[in-house]
Amino acid sequence: MPDQRSVLILGGGSDIGRAAGLAFAAKGWTVRLAGRDLQGLTREADDIRTRTGATVSVHRFDALDTPSFDGFLDGLPALPDAVVSAVGVLGDQGAAERDVAEATRIMRSNFEGPALILGLVANRFEARGSGTIVGISSVAGDRGRATNYIYGSAKAAFTAFLSGLRNRLARKGVHVVTVKPGFVRTRMTAGMALPGLLTVDPDVVGNAIYAAVEKRTDVVYVARAWQPVMFAIRSIPERLFKTMKI
Amino acid sequence: MTRLTGWGRYPDLETELVEPRRLGEVRGAFAEADGVIARGNGRAYGDAAIGVRRTVSIRQLDRMRSFDPETGRITVEAGTLLGDVIAAVLPRGHFPMVVPGTRHVSVGGAIAADIHGKNHHRDGGFGASVERMTLLLPDGSTVETSPTLEPGLFRATVGGMGLTGAILEATIRLKPVESGWIRQRTLPAADLSSVMRALDAGDEATYSVAWIDTLASGRNLGRSLVFLGEHARADELGPKEAERYPALAGPRLSVPLDFPSFTLNRLSVGVFNRIYHRVNARREGAPFTVPAGPYFFPLDGVGAWNRIYGRRGFVQHQCVLPPETAESALGEILERVARRGSSSFLAVLKKLGPSWGMLSFPKPGFTLALDFPVTDDLASFLAGLDEIVVEAGGRLYLAKDSQQSRATFEAGYPDLDGFRSIRRRLDPDRRLRSHLADRLGL
Ligand SMILES: Cc1cc2nc3c(=O)[nH]c(=O)nc-3n(C[C@H](O)[C@H](O)[C@H](O)COP(=O)(O)OP(=O)(O)OC[C@H]3O[C@@H](n4cnc5c(N)ncnc54)[C@H](O)[C@@H]3O)c2cc1C
Ligand SMILES: NC(=O)c1ccc[n+]([C@@H]2O[C@H](COP(=O)([O-])OP(=O)(O)OC[C@H]3O[C@@H](n4cnc5c(N)ncnc54)[C@H](OP(=O)(O)O)[C@@H]3O)[C@@H](O)[C@H]2O)c1
Repeated sequence: MPDQRSVLILGGGSDIGRAAGLAFAAKGWTVRLAGRDLQGLTREADDIRTRTGATVSVHRFDALDTPSFDGFLDGLPALPDAVVSAVGVLGDQGAAERDVAEATRIMRSNFEGPALILGLVANRFEARGSGTIVGISSVAGDRGRATNYIYGSAKAAFTAFLSGLRNRLARKGVHVVTVKPGFVRTRMTAGMALPGLLTVDPDVVGNAIYAAVEKRTDVVYVARAWQPVMFAIRSIPERLFKTMKI
Repeated sequence: MTRLTGWGRYPDLETELVEPRRLGEVRGAFAEADGVIARGNGRAYGDAAIGVRRTVSIRQLDRMRSFDPETGRITVEAGTLLGDVIAAVLPRGHFPMVVPGTRHVSVGGAIAADIHGKNHHRDGGFGASVERMTLLLPDGSTVETSPTLEPGLFRATVGGMGLTGAILEATIRLKPVESGWIRQRTLPAADLSSVMRALDAGDEATYSVAWIDTLASGRNLGRSLVFLGEHARADELGPKEAERYPALAGPRLSVPLDFPSFTLNRLSVGVFNRIYHRVNARREGAPFTVPAGPYFFPLDGVGAWNRIYGRRGFVQHQCVLPPETAESALGEILERVARRGSSSFLAVLKKLGPSWGMLSFPKPGFTLALDFPVTDDLASFLAGLDEIVVEAGGRLYLAKDSQQSRATFEAGYPDLDGFRSIRRRLDPDRRLRSHLADRLGL
């Protein structure tokens, strides 16, 4: 008996979103990929369908177009069983320090858009009394650093939002997962020198997301080594931290 | 700039590596470049997939487009790995017509080298299973080609080592199978003529291959194990084969560091071969069932095994010899190898049939593959083997090559002039150039 459940992946054309789609499809879920680039999404949908035989559909979604959110959710074939947000932009920290438009884009794409859409999903899940919400946040939100604090602060806000949502819905049958992938080899990090031990491939994140949904995990650090690393980084006194280059 | 090698880790050459993520970006990666070549998964051993100036990796183009289980046709982007194709289609009762000794090759690389499997004598090369493909030509245009559509271009591209353009997408024909298991029979062969006879007799088997003990000499010269295989039918599966389509396993073991080259001396190879014989001789004759993964891809069980030959890398020498001259030429080659001592972890003997790509390696006869760690005297030793091959009317496989001379190459490939004239027409300025192409004047 095939699984009848469906998952909606916002930012379904991302490397991590695609990997999550494959992980769910491999278990027989129906996968709905949403994003801005329909052509790119169709390519991913064909791939997932061919590899797994699952049902896959694509949907237009722009995380910066907040007024469209209700209509977008109403337009889906059915309210999904799980929603994953892989939306995000790294942006250009240097440019964002000088240019309000770039800073706004980073903040809205990593916090405002994903938080607001998941908030609307949460209300629908709450009314139904079931559902799982997965937000991909980042260890960059665990502490602001000079090199990426605009992205990091938006992710920090997103992490706080997810934790509040989880708290609100804990007794309503709705579960919320916060994923902090660490470094992942994706389009976002292409060309960056990444530390081997703390870096994983997208499929590892995809499988971790699927497992977190099935096991109802709260917070997932994908590469385990990150948890102590971020604990250590958070424990450095601000007086010292502010002079450090990390 | 970066440095790249093939699977043999020799030669090690400088090139600019570009990794487009979408079909549309490939054209840009090839445009305005001079001395550029496509690269798949880098499993060719030598210098075939290294551009003189720029190398365009097609690996990121690994999306599958469609699969029709009714007709057994799958369409994939050219960077898709054959192992991923198997993972997708085997649980639905299909298998590629041709697989090589590793599942980590891309479909583009499989076409460009017109790779052969253990069934070449029956089913031909990978190119024969290609229904159509999309090719990005050197002038930046994209064409569809198939055995009937632009057939000349198709024959030049199958086996053409990337020198007609970049393969972007292909539709390949699969064969139906009833399980993911192989019924294997292992036959010991005492010497060279008996292994050749065993392979001849094995012509009816779908798959056949022999492993040769390269240290055996004198009257044991050519002592081997012959492996015959068939896809197991559903009614041949026992309780041990409860899982009808077992997954292809990932590497269980990996070679993390470069082995010091002394581990590969005469002694360790001898020990390896002896163990190998003992383990396998016990299963002599009676058929037994093994999962397709370890049957076809035994070395994939050891990750990064190419490091076992040490820092300087290794060369694989693979020749094909016509049936009339094969026995004496093989005898001579094996004698030299046994005398040399420090060789071949791997010596594989197979039968091949005809192929129709202009530069396809296979032709009727026997193919022998030998691995040699790179040493100072290796080039002259191999030049000696090449003389035997040329004398016997044989030729060498470009996907393994990094050593042969232009003369050896030209003697072995009669369709070369035709290929060169297609090259001149498609790429008058010779913009597509791998190190292999420059070395051999392709
Ligand atoms: C362990 C092992 C076992 C093997 N066993 C066999 C065997 O049994 N039979 C056999 O025939 N071969 C065998 N090979 C060789 C291997 O199958 C070929 O070298 C194959 O071409 C490798 O594919 P790749 O994707 O790694 O291509 P690469 O090594 O990256 O490239 C090989 C050639 O293909 C060209 N190419 C790659 N992709 C494209 C593209 N998209 N468009 C145009 N040109 C392209 C390159 O320019 C290059 O000339 C084996 C190799 C290994 C390492
Ligand atoms: N890679 C890492 O190391 C890493 C580490 C921690 C967290 N993350 C997070 O993981 C998530 C996925 O990232 P990734 O690494 O897979 O990189 P990616 O491929 O660049 O993914 C980012 C995705 O966000 C989408 N997106 C951006 N703005 C959007 C908008 N306004 N509307 C709709 N979609 C929008 C992009 O779609 P388009 O194709 O339309 O641009 C893309 O699909 C992101 O949230 C990222 O912050 C990544």
